[in-house]
Amino acid sequence: MTAAVETAQTTTIHGDRVSLLRVLGPAHVWALGVGIVLVGEFTGWNFAADKGGALAALIVCWIVGLLYTSVAMIDSEVTSTVAAAGGQYAQAKHIVGPLMAFNVALFLVFAYTMLEVSDAILLGDTIVAKAGVEGLTHNSFIAATIVVLAWLNYRGVLMTLNVNFVITAIAYISIVILFFSVSPWTQGAVLKLNELVTPGNALPYGWIGVIAAFQFGIWYYLGIEGTTQAAEEVRSPARSLPYGTMAGMITLLIAAAMTWYVCASLMPWEYLGITYYPLWDAGKLTGSPLLENLLFIATLLSALASANGCINDAARAWFSLGRDRYLPSWFSAVHPKYRTPYRSILFLLPIALAFAFIADLNQAITFSILSGVLQYTFMSINIMMFRKKWPLGTIRRGYTHPFHPLPAIVLFCLCMVTFFAIFLGFGSQLIAMTVFYFLISLWFHFYRYKFVRRGDQFSMPWPKPQGY
Amino acid sequence: MARYTPPQQSKAGQIFDIAVVVVAIFVALWLPLKLGLAGAAKSIDPLDAKTWDALGQNATMASVWEKLGYTPETAHDIIQNRFHYIIDWPTLIIMAIVLVAYFVFLFRASDKEYREVINEKFDDK
Repeated sequence: MTAAVETAQTTTIHGDRVSLLRVLGPAHVWALGVGIVLVGEFTGWNFAADKGGALAALIVCWIVGLLYTSVAMIDSEVTSTVAAAGGQYAQAKHIVGPLMAFNVALFLVFAYTMLEVSDAILLGDTIVAKAGVEGLTHNSFIAATIVVLAWLNYRGVLMTLNVNFVITAIAYISIVILFFSVSPWTQGAVLKLNELVTPGNALPYGWIGVIAAFQFGIWYYLGIEGTTQAAEEVRSPARSLPYGTMAGMITLLIAAAMTWYVCASLMPWEYLGITYYPLWDAGKLTGSPLLENLLFIATLLSALASANGCINDAARAWFSLGRDRYLPSWFSAVHPKYRTPYRSILFLLPIALAFAFIADLNQAITFSILSGVLQYTFMSINIMMFRKKWPLGTIRRGYTHPFHPLPAIVLFCLCMVTFFAIFLGFGSQLIAMTVFYFLISLWFHFYRYKFVRRGDQFSMPWPKPQGY
Repeated sequence: MARYTPPQQSKAGQIFDIAVVVVAIFVALWLPLKLGLAGAAKSIDPLDAKTWDALGQNATMASVWEKLGYTPETAHDIIQNRFHYIIDWPTLIIMAIVLVAYFVFLFRASDKEYREVINEKFDDK
């Protein structure tokens, strides 16, 4: 029996102990991770070209890929050992402490809810652009997307992630079809990279533009760490989580490289940097109606898959906060029939709807990125503390990542660069959000924490941490 | 160590706490939007001559713009809308202080709470 199975927690409803269902396999983990992230290839990454030019978007694609490879390596080790719903939240609770866990859960909820908002806006805007009907707004499409997906999540995790697997696979295949349809091995026929990315315009702002591009470079992969949210619903966490996460990361690196190559070879960087649908535009620019329609559908599917996974993950993080009484325990209810954290799903629904109507796409994306980078900063420190408190050999790890502490150092340094990149465009927003996290932390530490059962916060069957 | 027994929270207290969190979320996310703080500093560097050449677009670029339905006049505001990266040192220093202070508080306060958790968990054994 794995550590996770031993520590799977339950919620009591009407006298019956009800827990989340263990029904997921590695393919679902892959679908959850890639499903959340793949939309980043269909929109968002290209804003990096706006901030630093087409070449900057490629440079950050690889460097931020390194950041996320570090995230995936670190996450695979910690999650395969601390496998509980809430993912990084459960990690923080066992390794750093309750206040950090509270903050990490909020990072997760904000990152995923704002990503869901971005997805819904993208979907609405794409449909409106395709319809081309004057006066048609995206509002009804946004509302329908968020409500229907929340309902799907309310009904059950297996169905939700089966749907995600199918639509993510179709969206991914569309990128591969586009790539091979434009004869990528030949320049000049369809692709004209040399004429569109020239020495004169490759880095229009110089290296400061490359650093600024980090902000949206994060969008290539943001959310891959969401695989850990399914930890309590996976049949074999020690095997499925590292396998699904690493396979997801490899899939995304390939997709990101193909996406950049095709898009940068088909449109000028100034347009690439501002379009909401670079891959759909790439489909249009090939002149093939089949590719245009395929990429239109794939853009919608990728947004749906991402929003679907985000609702799943945000609700589980919120549910975990309620279960541990970091927030009112009312949120910790599991649906007696569908075995889902239904109150958390319903609570986050109006918040997502509200921001979908008041924020625009790149603001919503930035909200999500900010919380994501705060979380990655925590992860780089968390793994150092994990190895120090429980050195190798003292507890059973499902997976041990190589080259420690190099991935943690790389991750920390790249997070610092990304904070600076965010400062170059959204510094006031970063300060506002950090002040919010600071104030809510004070609220938790000096007031809310009194409702928390101390010893119950440590549920793993591990020895006492070293140094305590 | 004596096992800590938390107080039971009333329904009204739970509702109040939920309201606090919701208000905090909206203030943090909505206020920067309302105050116009969200968004990068871009501005248009206007050109008198609105031709593809003046806009720095070669023949291939111009053909793509035209395929997308743009003319030099309509593309002008997109192409000339540029970032002006200026490092505002006071804001950068404030941002760094806020971030460092936040993380220092987070780790120190978490460690204090964590010691209580560990003491209660392992002293029970």
